[in-house]
Amino acid sequence: MTTKNVNKNNSFNHSVFNRRDFIKSAGAAGVLLLSHNSFARGAKPPLGRVVIIGGGYAGTTAAKYIRMWSLGNIEAVVIEKSSQFVSCPLSNLVLGGSKSIHDLTFGYDLVKKNHGVKWLNDEVTAIDTSAKKIMMKRGEITYDRLIVAPGVDFIYDSLPNLQSAEAQQQVPHAWKAGWQTVNLRKQLEAMPDGGVFVMNVPKVPYRCPPGPYERACQVASYIKTNKPNSKIIVLDANPEIVSKKGLFTKVWAEMYAGMIDYRPNNVVIEVEAATKTVKTDFETVKADVLNIIPPQRAGKPAQMAGLVEKDYPWCEVSFLSYESKLVPNVHVIGDSVSAGLPKSAHMATSQARVCANAIVALMSDQAPDPAPVFANTCYSYVNDKQAMHVANVYRYDEAKKIMVSAEGGVSQSPSEQEGQYASAWAANILSDVLT
Amino acid sequence: MNKYTIWVLASLITASASQPIIGNAAEVFVSTDNHIRTLAASCAACHGSNGNSASITPTLAGLEAGYFTTQMLGFKDGSRASTVMHHHAKGLNLDEINQLAVYFSQQKRSANMSPKPQTLMVGHDN
Repeated sequence: MTTKNVNKNNSFNHSVFNRRDFIKSAGAAGVLLLSHNSFARGAKPPLGRVVIIGGGYAGTTAAKYIRMWSLGNIEAVVIEKSSQFVSCPLSNLVLGGSKSIHDLTFGYDLVKKNHGVKWLNDEVTAIDTSAKKIMMKRGEITYDRLIVAPGVDFIYDSLPNLQSAEAQQQVPHAWKAGWQTVNLRKQLEAMPDGGVFVMNVPKVPYRCPPGPYERACQVASYIKTNKPNSKIIVLDANPEIVSKKGLFTKVWAEMYAGMIDYRPNNVVIEVEAATKTVKTDFETVKADVLNIIPPQRAGKPAQMAGLVEKDYPWCEVSFLSYESKLVPNVHVIGDSVSAGLPKSAHMATSQARVCANAIVALMSDQAPDPAPVFANTCYSYVNDKQAMHVANVYRYDEAKKIMVSAEGGVSQSPSEQEGQYASAWAANILSDVLT
Repeated sequence: MNKYTIWVLASLITASASQPIIGNAAEVFVSTDNHIRTLAASCAACHGSNGNSASITPTLAGLEAGYFTTQMLGFKDGSRASTVMHHHAKGLNLDEINQLAVYFSQQKRSANMSPKPQTLMVGHDN
């Protein structure tokens, strides 16, 4: 790849231009919209432009580390439709009542300012990977390399009744943190003592493997103090608890004895939102508060860019660079990646750094690290103070060409000390991603 | 392995000239080995950017290399008790531990920034 002139033909038409584009466009079109000045400073970085779709844990980390590790020689442009970052990690604590959603909401100003990451608060409408061009609601942009980090998309094919915004108000998923989380908390607060909280666990793979079980703990923690006659039913589409099984089983038996009715192999096949009724292959359950987490696939931009496998709705990548196996110069990181790896925030940032490192190497005509190693640590809170972890080191397996766990394990038991570590984990990962 | 051997091992890993980067806790480039750089960055989730913790987790930046290695080997063989670190230490080989020790010993200590929480805007969708 020739890096010298790689950026020559990049266009950026988003009411934001650098000087060269300004002159070019002024000559060509004669009409300009110029509302931002952030792109007008200086020449384009010599190694080219990376566009990142998605400003979550994965995408924001990739943008920051590309800027850092290229010493500013690669331009990083993030396209994100939301103007605020809301953390999914810790958001179950909003249901338990020990956190507010506003504790988990942040701006992007520091990461933008500290690292010169460029930002487009816009929504992707189409991606032309042959022309290396992205169309948005308010403009378009070209790239030398593209990173797609859109998180997960919910599949409503089997749950058509939940497709409407109104139905999702009645039966929130609360699986992307934000007002959905607040909605579910409010429904819990309004539930009468003696009410039934019903939630499901979709089939693997889904975002945050221990998340649903942590949620059951948080709801139980709230109910235990506030509505002691209520109970929780967990309808799990999987044959058993997916993550930290021994620990959750113990916590449910000891801390929340008789409160959580766990029903494995129970796939949700129909939901009636207005009456909060859910049907599985085996039974019909009526809830006072119903929380349905739909089955998931790679996020919409990954689908738009043709990165998704035909028979498996996730993105196959090279684990050395996270480049798509289907489309060249397009990388995928985070929850959309097809891998036997947990879809966690730490994993998303670990993948983002390996991808950033590989992109900096590739755009400098160097080979990427042939054997990446990284860590994943994931804490679950069982009440407002105690947490427990699963932690692994993953290593590239040359023969299998995938990341495999070299070592790992879970907590002995939940503890307040680990609760403090979980809180420190959140403080540090948020600081690393957002500043 | 005694401290001297660790020191010799550590000294064998050449450090290239440091180069300032924009931003907080600016990373100091101690090695052109991008394998270790990426592995070290993976520790940031708990230990902060470039080993500068924003919370109660120990700061790794500026730790003496021999001390770092000794602690990691202690986690690895169980002689130092831990809640989570033994899972990480056991997954790394001696060479990686030594190189991480050098990497973190060369990072500057600095106060890590924390993003400020905001009120979630009405109309934020996800």
